Amino acid sequence: MNRKNDAALDALAETAHDSAFDELVDRSHAHRSAPTPDADAETDGEDRAETRPSGGLAVLRKGVAVMPEIREGIRVSLAFAGAVAAGKLLIPVAIQQVLDRGVLHRGGFRATFVITACALSAVGVLVLMVLSRITYLRLVRAAEGALFSLRVRVFEHIHRLSVAEQNETKRGILVSRVTSDIETLARFVNWGAISWVVNTALVTGTLIVMAIYSWQLTLITIVAFLPVIPILRFLQRRQLVAYDKVRVRTGDMLGEFSETITGAAAVRAYGLENRARDRLHHRIQDLYLAHREAGRYFALMFPVGDMFGSLALAAVVAVSAFSGVQLGLDLGTVIAFAFLMNLLLFPIAEISEIIDQTQTAIAGWRKVLDVLDIPIDVADDPKGSSLPAGPLAICADHVDFSYRTGGPVLIDVSIEIAAGTNVAIVGETGSGKTTFASLLCRLADPTGGSIAVGGTDLRAVSGPSRRSAIRLIPQDGFLFDTTIRENVRVGRLDATDRDIEHAFVQLGLDDWLARMPHGLDTQVGERGDGLSVGERQLIALARAHIAHPGLLILDEATSAVDPETERALTTALLRVAAAATTVSIAHRLSTAEAADVVVVFDAGRIVEHGTHDELVALGGVYASLHQSWVGATRSQT
Amino acid sequence: MTAAVPDVDPESVAEPDEVPRHVIRRGLRVLWRFVKLNPLPFSIAIVGAIIYAGASVLGTLVLGRVTDKVLTPSFNSTGVSHATTWNWVALIMIVAFMRGIGTITRRYFAGKTTWLGQAWLRRSIADHFLAVPLEFHRSVSTGQLLAHADADVLAATEVVNPLPFSTGLLVLIIFSVIALVAVDPILALVGVVLFPTMALLNRYYTRRVERPAAAVQAHVGDVSGIAHESFDGALAVKSLGLEDHEITRLSVAADALRLERIEVGRLRAFFEPALDALPNLGIIAILAVGSWRISEGVISPGDVVQAMALFTLLAFPMRVVGFLLEEMPRAVVSTERLDRLLAAPHADAPADHATPPATPADVVARDVHFSYPIGDPVLAGIDLTIAPGEIVALVGPTGCGKSTLCELLVGLDAPDQGTIRVHGLVPDRLQREARRDLLALVFQESFVFADTVRENVLVGTDHGDDRLEAALRVAQAERFVSHLPEGLDTMLGERGVTLSGGQRQRLALARAIARRPQFLVLDDATSAVDPRVEARILNALRGELRMTTLVVAHRRSTVELSDRIVRMDQGRIVANGTHAELLATDPEYVAMLSAYDSVAPSADDDEVAVDSVPRVGST
Repeated sequence: MNRKNDAALDALAETAHDSAFDELVDRSHAHRSAPTPDADAETDGEDRAETRPSGGLAVLRKGVAVMPEIREGIRVSLAFAGAVAAGKLLIPVAIQQVLDRGVLHRGGFRATFVITACALSAVGVLVLMVLSRITYLRLVRAAEGALFSLRVRVFEHIHRLSVAEQNETKRGILVSRVTSDIETLARFVNWGAISWVVNTALVTGTLIVMAIYSWQLTLITIVAFLPVIPILRFLQRRQLVAYDKVRVRTGDMLGEFSETITGAAAVRAYGLENRARDRLHHRIQDLYLAHREAGRYFALMFPVGDMFGSLALAAVVAVSAFSGVQLGLDLGTVIAFAFLMNLLLFPIAEISEIIDQTQTAIAGWRKVLDVLDIPIDVADDPKGSSLPAGPLAICADHVDFSYRTGGPVLIDVSIEIAAGTNVAIVGETGSGKTTFASLLCRLADPTGGSIAVGGTDLRAVSGPSRRSAIRLIPQDGFLFDTTIRENVRVGRLDATDRDIEHAFVQLGLDDWLARMPHGLDTQVGERGDGLSVGERQLIALARAHIAHPGLLILDEATSAVDPETERALTTALLRVAAAATTVSIAHRLSTAEAADVVVVFDAGRIVEHGTHDELVALGGVYASLHQSWVGATRSQT
Repeated sequence: MTAAVPDVDPESVAEPDEVPRHVIRRGLRVLWRFVKLNPLPFSIAIVGAIIYAGASVLGTLVLGRVTDKVLTPSFNSTGVSHATTWNWVALIMIVAFMRGIGTITRRYFAGKTTWLGQAWLRRSIADHFLAVPLEFHRSVSTGQLLAHADADVLAATEVVNPLPFSTGLLVLIIFSVIALVAVDPILALVGVVLFPTMALLNRYYTRRVERPAAAVQAHVGDVSGIAHESFDGALAVKSLGLEDHEITRLSVAADALRLERIEVGRLRAFFEPALDALPNLGIIAILAVGSWRISEGVISPGDVVQAMALFTLLAFPMRVVGFLLEEMPRAVVSTERLDRLLAAPHADAPADHATPPATPADVVARDVHFSYPIGDPVLAGIDLTIAPGEIVALVGPTGCGKSTLCELLVGLDAPDQGTIRVHGLVPDRLQREARRDLLALVFQESFVFADTVRENVLVGTDHGDDRLEAALRVAQAERFVSHLPEGLDTMLGERGVTLSGGQRQRLALARAIARRPQFLVLDDATSAVDPRVEARILNALRGELRMTTLVVAHRRSTVELSDRIVRMDQGRIVANGTHAELLATDPEYVAMLSAYDSVAPSADDDEVAVDSVPRVGST
């Protein structure tokens, strides 16, 4: 079921709300107004509204700074636009030349001229074809290169951010920054951006050629065409709103499907089939209605432009007929005009269509670039020292911590733990025990005070040394979608197969491993979902152990682990503990009882520490916690 | 038991990687189905398309005549009357208007046919999802089922939309060739050579680009898969120092994507300019040949203008005609996939119309066997009797068949062999309403509807708030619900309040209790609830409601509260008796209990914080 839920969430991740992440960015750079409440439609509306011209330019400037390949790309695409536009303009000019100077010439039909002109035009068309092929290819190369480096840079930057800044929601948004946002940008570059330059060049070129032929007819054309721009813009805006609605309702419909599918068992168990059917049919109908509404604008859009094109043609014909001779026109020119006007219509419709797309793309681009602005707050000291081998002592000195958003999580935490000690941390949810553990492996830095491990301030320890000497086993041991073997190997990338096998033997896990269907080559599934929580922790333990850490931090699983795995876990942990300092966030009474030292957190402070027996005797927070544990698990015996 | 594992390859959802044979014929069959479904809007769209085609050809004709009758005379000394000019100008506008009407009609009604088809398919899928055996849902992932309702529906119907356009285009080409031949057969020759060349080139391009375009999609999937996994496991990546490893992994995938995109770009760069250039070359050919024909006195300048205008007109649509063919394989694959999906057998219709008595049920299972389509038997001869009002705990290692037994007992599945009777009735043969009144199963993964608290508990019933409140009280959910911002009317789920695991479980429990079933099955339904809260729940069940209850237990406290314990192992019941009896006679049971002891309650539930350890200054 869980896996199904996740898959459903993935499917809906496209419509994820962005404001949580935006808030994060806001707090680091106060250049944006407070985000509006998150609804899909509103978020998008917000994007568009925000794209002021200056904002767009700023994004462009920043984007060029980050992706210098664009500069090259822009030059190439201007050349491309020129080639394409010239190719199209060639035809009306050829028509005019051949008709006026070859066919309708006062001297009669001039065969040589017609053949020469047509041959030259054909050569011109072919040359421009080759030219646009070359420039287009260069453009694609430059753009794809730029997108590639942007993607990798953003990905890298996100990984350099401290984990403290990430949570479930933000993570989904970060994923979309390197996937869908960049994909949108890629689509835009491949279509919208090219469209911009080509169409702009075409419209400009056409108007210039028109003006050379006859400024009067050009003026008439422009006047006849002008109304089409506001009308098209109006229709496009309405269409955009309508498509937003289609998008939202598609999301609603898929959400309803997803609820029905993930809740299939509940629907059956409670006989809710009719309710589910009604709701689904309702959503499907809503989507159909939204489609129909958007379809109206879509249907109107092109014909409206076409009508104005014909109006311009009619006007040009009328004026030429009434006063063409006075205006110094000839037949070829007027016919060339008719073909030139055809060239105007399509680009104008397309440009007004891509204005909105451009805004969306720029907004997306901005979001991607903003990621690069989130400061990396946990920077490794490249000249940092190395931690010694063997068990490591811990010294926390007046440590304070608070997340960027929210109040203090740790307040004035001080404790000294001797090397080789086996420590259990206990406390209620939200008492700060998990945060303290993440500070120990420098997933974040204290906002006040300092933490020294092995006698060195963590901030002065080199990254590689810290990562091999201090190992964290998170509660839900995350596994990559590959084999057990490769999941352990990431614990020390140069480990041999023998090392990996050896690690399982050392931890007494060879029996457990033998029961896996393909031993070390068993596939663990997405996120390790093919295994139980306990089994995932076993592999995470082997992964940690293979680097022989001097400090091991274990966040115990809260949910029930089946007894056999539990036993394997305990044995393995004891063996690791023999060679390292261990800190366990304890959810099990037995873990706390077996620890050398129990540290009790409450509301961000260490309120008690000592051995289990001492603390029970003390009659404080731990004693009451212990009482409730004992009461829960050994009641009424 | 009907096996309903659909023949679906998860890799191939909405990807045209399995290009089927006889694609055109099968594609036409797909099209015909949607046309038959909504013949009226489709016919209107076709009429619109034909109007458009006619008006377009007429437009070029008018342009040609305008050249000869209006423009030519006004530039040589002949002159032209105002009336003639105005008539032709009016004709230009009338033709443009007709073209517009044709386009609007075609676009709107073609869309309508498509959307109606989509809605119809989606309704069929929705009904199907609700009718197939539960087994089906377990065998296919949510993502895949969603893809059926989303990508497959789109791909299957997307061919319908361009069909009227293509029909119109065909008419347009026929009209154009006729018009060209009427103007001058020699000029028509240029068209006869050019049109098929364009069509072939287009088709060739579409084919060539198909593979790299699909590869691009696959690479996009790879990249986003890596990003998903990598950020999901950010903690592991960071604590193991795998950043560089991950960056390399993404770079490799992103680079493959880049190269494949460039490959697509290379094809585009070759074909697009060529497809742009071809009609231009045609126009130049017309110009050359036409000039010569004019000088021969065979045709007029207006005829040449008309022919050139026809070429401009056709240049764009020729590009689009490939679209229908291009979409067809995808549509065929998706439609056939949906057909296979919809062909999966539905669960048998319940046949028993009995109304069960409203007293605590007695439950009898005799020699029950069960296995899933793939794998070993899950239940291998279960014999179990539960007396009315009794609370029985079911224990045993993971995978021993506890959950399957629970589902069979409430009739979500039927045993392969053996019988199950609740109140003497067969659970899986009961009418939905009767089953709902008699039986309730609460799962460990409690499901919360994206709806209010009230609707979540009373969903599908017409009980009032008194029943609701009583159920919340028994399920020990009263207190946290009263602390929700809008109490019973608080929205839960995706767009509302998020509940903790323990709260969700208690809400799901209240949902079951509100129905006052005569037999309640709790499949580890209180795993995230604090043991003392769980004890209160069980006591309330025993005291207030006195319903027969089977509870899958993972805790000492749970088994101790039960009247009797049944221990399962490998699909069989291996021990049965009271807690005290089993403690004395079953060493495996004793070992299991001591393993339970080492596991403390999860800290997931708010009641712990509220009830037990006094805390100040919570964050």
